[in-house]
Formats: sequence, C-alpha cells, structure tokens
Amino acid sequence: MYQILRAGKIADRIFRMDVKAPRVAGSCEPGQFVIVKMDEVGERIPLTICDYDRDEGVITIVFQTIGASTEKMAMLQAGDSFRDVVGPLGQPSEFVKDDIEEVRKRRYLFVCGGVGTAPVYPQVKWLKEHGVEADVIQGARTKDLIFMEEELRAVAGNLYITTDDGSYVRKGVVTNVIEDLVSAQGKHYDVCVAIGPMIMMKFVCILTKKLGIPTIVSMNPIMVDGTGMCGACRITVGDQVKFACVDGPEFDGHLVNFDEAMKRMQIYKTEEGRALLKLREGDSHGGNCR
Amino acid sequence: MDRVPVREQDSKVRATNFEEVCYGYNEEEAKLEASRCIKCKNARCITGCPVGIDIPAFIKEVQDGNFGNAAAIIAKDSSLPSICGRVCPQETQCEGKCIRGIKSEPIAIGKLERFVGDWARENGYVPEKPEKTNGHKVAVIGSGPAGLTCAGDLAKLGYEVTIFEALHEPGGVLMYGIPEFRLPKEKVVLSEIENVLKLGVKLETNVVIGRSVTIDELMDEEGFEACFIGSGAGLPKFMGIPGENANGVFSANEYLTRNNLMKAFRDDYDTPIFAAKKVAVVGGGNVAMDAARTALRLGAEVHIVYRRSEAELPARAEEVHHAKEEGIIFDLLTNPTEILVDDQGWVKGITCVRMELGAPDASGRRRPVEIPGSEFVMDLDTVIMALGTSPNPLISSTTKGLETNRWKCIVADEKNGKTTKEGVYAGGDAVTGAATVILAMEAGKAAAKGIHEYLSQKE
Repeated sequence: MYQILRAGKIADRIFRMDVKAPRVAGSCEPGQFVIVKMDEVGERIPLTICDYDRDEGVITIVFQTIGASTEKMAMLQAGDSFRDVVGPLGQPSEFVKDDIEEVRKRRYLFVCGGVGTAPVYPQVKWLKEHGVEADVIQGARTKDLIFMEEELRAVAGNLYITTDDGSYVRKGVVTNVIEDLVSAQGKHYDVCVAIGPMIMMKFVCILTKKLGIPTIVSMNPIMVDGTGMCGACRITVGDQVKFACVDGPEFDGHLVNFDEAMKRMQIYKTEEGRALLKLREGDSHGGNCR
Repeated sequence: MDRVPVREQDSKVRATNFEEVCYGYNEEEAKLEASRCIKCKNARCITGCPVGIDIPAFIKEVQDGNFGNAAAIIAKDSSLPSICGRVCPQETQCEGKCIRGIKSEPIAIGKLERFVGDWARENGYVPEKPEKTNGHKVAVIGSGPAGLTCAGDLAKLGYEVTIFEALHEPGGVLMYGIPEFRLPKEKVVLSEIENVLKLGVKLETNVVIGRSVTIDELMDEEGFEACFIGSGAGLPKFMGIPGENANGVFSANEYLTRNNLMKAFRDDYDTPIFAAKKVAVVGGGNVAMDAARTALRLGAEVHIVYRRSEAELPARAEEVHHAKEEGIIFDLLTNPTEILVDDQGWVKGITCVRMELGAPDASGRRRPVEIPGSEFVMDLDTVIMALGTSPNPLISSTTKGLETNRWKCIVADEKNGKTTKEGVYAGGDAVTGAATVILAMEAGKAAAKGIHEYLSQKE
C-alpha cells in the first residue's frame, strides 16, 4: 500500500497528492511517469510525476477528473492509500542524459496547457537546479484552471500566463504567446517543450515548425501495463510505430501523428461514459442507451 | 480399459461464461485412471517431463488413494502442479512418451497431476518450509513460471529469496495471459503462488527492474549475491500492414491483460474492454486461441485468421478442439494484407489474401505462399494480433555486461542459466523467446541449481 500524506484540490477539477513511494522517488527523473491503481477493482491509471523528494521517499502526483476512475480517486484523502504505485516508467527527458554544458548553452521554452503544467514543473525545476533558466508559458481555458503559478514562477526564468477567455493575465491561447515572444519580441529559443492536451501540442508543433524551433512533446495515450507489454499506447512518429510507455513518453513533436493519436484516445469513450454515469447516478440506467 | 474421460462444461453453455472448461477427475476417476498405468521400470514419461517429476511413483500413490504422498512426490520437482496439470502440452511431453499410448491412449498424466494439485490445495497440504535460511540473498525478477520455480527451489535450499514483479499481481503470464476458463486465478494460480511464498520467499510487486531499481543496484547496494532474470516475453509484434493503428486493432497481450489481469469481463471491475461484434484473431498459437475464446465469451463472432493450414497450427490440439466446439470459425490459409478504416479512425474490415503451402521453410513447416488475385474483404470491427512477441530491452539495456543475441534475447547457458554477467542467471521467454509455461519452469529449475553451485563455490 502506498500512503497519501497530503491531498488537496488545487484548481477546478484538478487534484494534487503527495504519496509515499520510496522506490519511485529514489529513481525518478523529470519526464517520467507512474501508474497508480486505487484499489482491487480500479484501473491502472498513468499519471505524471509532478515533483519528488528522494529523502522523504515521496512523489507528488497531479490529475484532473475526466471519468469515473479519476472522480473516485479525487475522493481520496490524506491517510488513505493507493493499492499500487509503479514506476518510474518511460524515459527521462533528453536533457537529463545530455552533457550539462551543452544543456546550459540552450534557450528553453516550455509550453504547458491545462494539467500539462504538472509534468513541466519538475523539468523546469531540474534545469533551474542545474543553472538553466527556462521561459515558461502557462495556458488554461480560464482562471480557475491555473495552478502551481507560484511554484513555477520560482523556478522559471520568465513565466507568461494566458487564458483562453481572458479571465486572468492575458487573453489568448498559448500559440499567441509563442508568436508574440518570438516574432514580436524577437526572442530566440533552441528547444521548445510542449505538454498539454493533444490538440494544444498539435498546434504548438505546427507553429514551432514554421518558426524553426525543435519541439518535444509528452504523449499520454491509453495504456495498460506501462512496461511495453500491451502495445495499447502505440503512436506513429515519422514513419515508425513507437510505444509511448517505453520509447517515450517524450517524442519529436514535429514527427508525431497527432490526428491518429487523438482518434486513439476515443477507443473507450462509450465504456467510460457508461462507467461515469453509473458512478454518478447508480444503477438507474439499464445500459440499453447505446 | 480405455482412458477415463474427463468431464467438461457443455460447449454451448461455456461459450457464454468464464468458468473453467474442464472439471477434472474426482477421486474415483483419478484412482481408476491411475490403475491403467503399468508403472514401467524405465519410465519414459519421466524423460518427457521438463522438470523430471517421478510420474509412475505419484500415480502409484494416486491409485492407492494416498493423495498426500502423491503431492509430496510431485512437490520435490514442481511447486505448480495444479497449473501444469492444466496448461502443459502433455501430448508432446510425458503423455507423448507413455508406452500405453502405442496401442491405446496414453495415461492422462496431466489430468492426474491436476487432480493431485487440486486435492492438495483443497485439503490444506502445505509445503515444508526449511528450518533456517543460509543467509544468502538472491533476487528473482519476474513472478511468472520461471521466476516462481527458481524462487521455490532456492528457498527449499535455504536461500533468502525476494521476487520482484513489475505488475500489481504476481504470476506473470499465468495471470495476465492465460484466461480464467483455462486456468482459474484465485483458486489455482494465486494459491500455488501462496505455496511458494510459504517456503519463505518474499514478494515485492510494482517494481520495474531497469526503472525502479537496476540489477547492478540490487547487487551492489541491496545485498543480493545472485540474481535470476525471468522477465518473460516482452513487446507484442504487429504485422506492419496499413491501418494497424486504427481503433479496434489490439495486441492479444492487451486484450487478454484487460480481461484476465484487470478482470474487464466482470461488472464490478473498472477496466474497460472494447465491445467487439465481429473479430478476426490473427495467428494460430495458444495465445490466439485464448484471445479468440475470450472475445467469443464477451459476445462476439470470432474468426481465427491463420496463414498456414490446420496441421501447422502451433496451438495445442486440445485448445483448437475446444475453440471449434465453442463456435470459433477457422479461416485457414488466409493472411490479412490491410486493415480497412472508416473516416473516424475505426476498423471496418480487413483485406485478406488466400494462401497455399509451398516448400518447407527454416522451421520445417511448409511455407505459405500467396495465391495471386485471391484478395477478398471481411467486414468486421475488431482485429486482435496474436503474432508473438519480441524481447523487452528494459533489463538488458540497463544492466552492465549482460549480453543479448541477435534477436535481443538474453544469452544464457541452457544447462544452468548462467549469463555473461557474474552472478546473474536467466531463463524462460526472456532467453528463448515466447515458449511454454513448463519450459520456463525447466529453465527456472536449472538456474536455481546453477545459482546454488555458484554461491556454494563462492563461499
């Protein structure tokens, strides 16, 4: 069992938990993820590692409620436990393995959308600790979905916040900010790291390709085991099929087939919708409404 | 006297449930079948058993009604009799060698082994735990048949064994791969694993070796003096044909894992499984049969699509027979060339080509050759690929000095499991590529011996 030490809601439908998982905390690096399973009957859910404390043996996870399983998970409180936490899974971010002198020469631009802020944070923090100040664009649909602003500000070079509806800081989507920084203000970036909803990553990549900025994205497709065994998470990168769990989760965004990846996210929508209905309204539905 | 028939669940009924197909022998039937054994002095059946169980001896005890003694005889060589009695290909092993098989049917050794294993469990037979350990720590990676066997044998020799399992349940392929209707999980698999743990073996789930911790760290920092890698088969293969990433194309591994390990077939479990209406399972091995029979039970019309003919099906004859009885349709000498996809990204059919058998290839089987112009379309919504696996590089790529061969399998000595790295042994599918439960057990057993020799000499 993996005990939850702290738990709380940090934005609309977004939750943060500190979980005791010494083996994961001891070996994880930015870019990697975990799979959690709430209880005996629960699904295996891949989640970002948002932060980690090696001494305390604790990892921080952040998730958004998007279906029955995550809604159930959101009800967990400090003192409760996950039945299973496994990881770290996937490859660490490229800069972790690169020559640090080379990394220090690069200008990084991070773009996070929605809950994508969570995986971006440990990367920017790692870079800060290694003497690299990265610029960060944090985007959300509306003010209530912005979280970890202060933590991000503390580790980022510059933090640019934008909301689709203009309810906080500025109005617009993340690509507006990228254009503004690069085209209007003339800033130069060597690498862009974009993590967020698939549709956001797709449009960031279309723009950065035009601007000539190499871009890394982090894919979070459907997966079961997370160790390469099931192949559910396969995505097309260039002309190759890759497994996000072992080859990724980070890939060259200019080569990822986002349209296919977005379609693949729909596979269990019918089943998930039914499960959510059942969780919210009990067995009042006969299951005949296909 | 003919072989005592084994009772089975009616094929029409079982096609709609996940209860076990075969009921096995009761005491009377087991004793009667055991009485057919002529207890050969030079028993050829023993040579056919990869783990060398003293088959005539345990059968004699069954015949005499001393089932506990029978269990003790099997326990000397195998910790997993209820499992092996169900999934071993006995027809090509022990039973294939049985002298009675020449003129009549061989003794039902598998069904008798299963009977003994089940009897032992139901009557609370517990394996004896060694009085004290020898203080030497051994790590076993993977809790499938190879790892469980290696761990059990080492524990009996007094070693302090810890098994590291990547998934949340132990058992490996016994849990995620082989379906409930062939190998019940709670009743059989978990209880035999429990017996291995009763020997003093520790189990740590949710540890991915190569990620959570490396073999080098286990040996340098956590005090393990030797290590056995039984990490299993690896990554599922796909065909490389157009449309394979469409919604509705699954690997057999994914489909079976969702249903077996995650129990998607049960309403009280949260993991979803795709509600298929018409399925093509591509492949002809045991995994293909398992996936097909699972899809059938979940309500689909199921076709096995296999490029060779019935004679070449790698699956056990019993599995093919059961599949046919249940209503699986076999489209043999047929090979998919493209998966047809609708504009929303969902599978709507497959294009197949008819095949004929040509000259034998390297495997000795006749090579299937396409018949030009024979393409046709099958309308369906789901394709399950059961084409085998390729090795998972996770451990080999993170362990210094561990060599792999050109198929990326770990190089290990067949006799003792020794790899190219000192103190590290390996066996099972991680070494051989996908094979059977019992061959993995044989490798686990050989490696336990190898590790024992190594650590005894080291002292």
